[in-house]
Amino acid sequence: MDNATLFIDTFFKPELIVRYLPDIMKGMVVTIEIAMLVVVAGISLGLALALVRSLRSRIVNAAIIIFVDVARALPPLVLVLIVYFGLPNVGILLPSYAVLWLVLSFLLAAFAEEIFWAGILSVRKGQWDAARSTGLTYSQALLHVILPQAVRLTVPPLTNRTIAITKNTALGTVIGVPEILNQATTAESFSFNATPLMMGAIAYLVLFVPVVITGRYIETRFIWRRV
Amino acid sequence: MLARRNLILEVRGLRKSFGGTEVLKGIDFTVEPQELVFIIGPSGAGKSTFLRCLNRLEEPTDGSIFVDGMDLLHPKNDINAMRRRIGMVFQAFNLYPHKTALGNVTLALRKVMGLANAQAEAIGYAALDRVGLKDKACAYPNELSGGQQQRVAIARAIALQPKIMLFDEPTSALDPELVGSVLAVMRDLQTSGMTMVVVSHEMRFAREAAHRVVFMEDGLVCDEGPPAKIFGPDANPRASKFLAGIAR
Repeated sequence: MDNATLFIDTFFKPELIVRYLPDIMKGMVVTIEIAMLVVVAGISLGLALALVRSLRSRIVNAAIIIFVDVARALPPLVLVLIVYFGLPNVGILLPSYAVLWLVLSFLLAAFAEEIFWAGILSVRKGQWDAARSTGLTYSQALLHVILPQAVRLTVPPLTNRTIAITKNTALGTVIGVPEILNQATTAESFSFNATPLMMGAIAYLVLFVPVVITGRYIETRFIWRRV
Repeated sequence: MLARRNLILEVRGLRKSFGGTEVLKGIDFTVEPQELVFIIGPSGAGKSTFLRCLNRLEEPTDGSIFVDGMDLLHPKNDINAMRRRIGMVFQAFNLYPHKTALGNVTLALRKVMGLANAQAEAIGYAALDRVGLKDKACAYPNELSGGQQQRVAIARAIALQPKIMLFDEPTSALDPELVGSVLAVMRDLQTSGMTMVVVSHEMRFAREAAHRVVFMEDGLVCDEGPPAKIFGPDANPRASKFLAGIAR
């Protein structure tokens, strides 16, 4: 067997591709579903936390900061394992995909909160002055004047962070969520061949390369035109 | 204390401290309807802080402020409703960069006064027309010159039909050739009877347009009177010294 054939047989064995393609596709659907749910929940919760933080209540803000810092400091895998193996001990039995969704959503929320908060802070104080001087309430000024500017500033870092967090859906494999990597490793252990893993890698590329490119486009488009 | 009904603005014993530093040390100040009052003084005198207390962008530490007979500092009075009646124009314009000129003018009309879009836009166009920028209604702030931006900011304030307008160094951030267009709009407002308090270093404008000039120093009103007095030999020596220092 020459090297080329060996390479093909190891990573791109045709009959294995045909056999496991349906499984990998199923995994893609699961990954997409969880990723989308994570994006929606994580960004919404992050924005909500940033808005609450802007009210500047000391106790509440201390709680938010602790949550955010702990979530950002812990490796995601540690959180996934703690929640998955810990919750049943207190009588809460969650399906593994729900655990993955919860953990990743909280993680994204923590990062998103910091990004939104930085965006809110970076809007010049004169904007608050102008808005409040015309009689807008605090929330009206925040909603109509500050947030639209803050969100524009946050789009590039938020896009990057969202991609980074949603890729962590692969962690679901350790708790048995049937996402891409889980399907691929299962297939690998049945076939004793790395082809399904390569298929998994390609599946990730198919999913995330368009997102990365979109992110780059958004980044250039949303560069704020400063007055 | 009863406010005198014929005053648009009545300030008594106004004090403001930041931390341990007292910036305003007990200011008494009144403005009559249709009056244009100029506030001048060295930097650090507390002029801007004073102006910002007049619509509670800064919270006074002590004293009283009555606007058109209403107690601005009374907790029961709706500060947002009162602010709508106190127009403010800033040194840095502070236009909303994500909104067009018209959008800048109509935001408070829609959200504070609760007007329908069509109605708000009609008022918005009229206000922009007033400052000579009706044809720039759809332009974004970054497409406008500094002078035009400041005029939009003035339109944003006058659209709310304020009882009094506060100008915080409205021309200080402008290139010299753009100052005239903003002063012309202010002059027009004054002629039409708008009550105005102006913090500015435009001495020629003060001399020509102001009814009264107030000289502030070190957190206190040091001297006040008609321009002829403040700019003449009868002024407080400190005011004369300040004016001699900035005359070039």
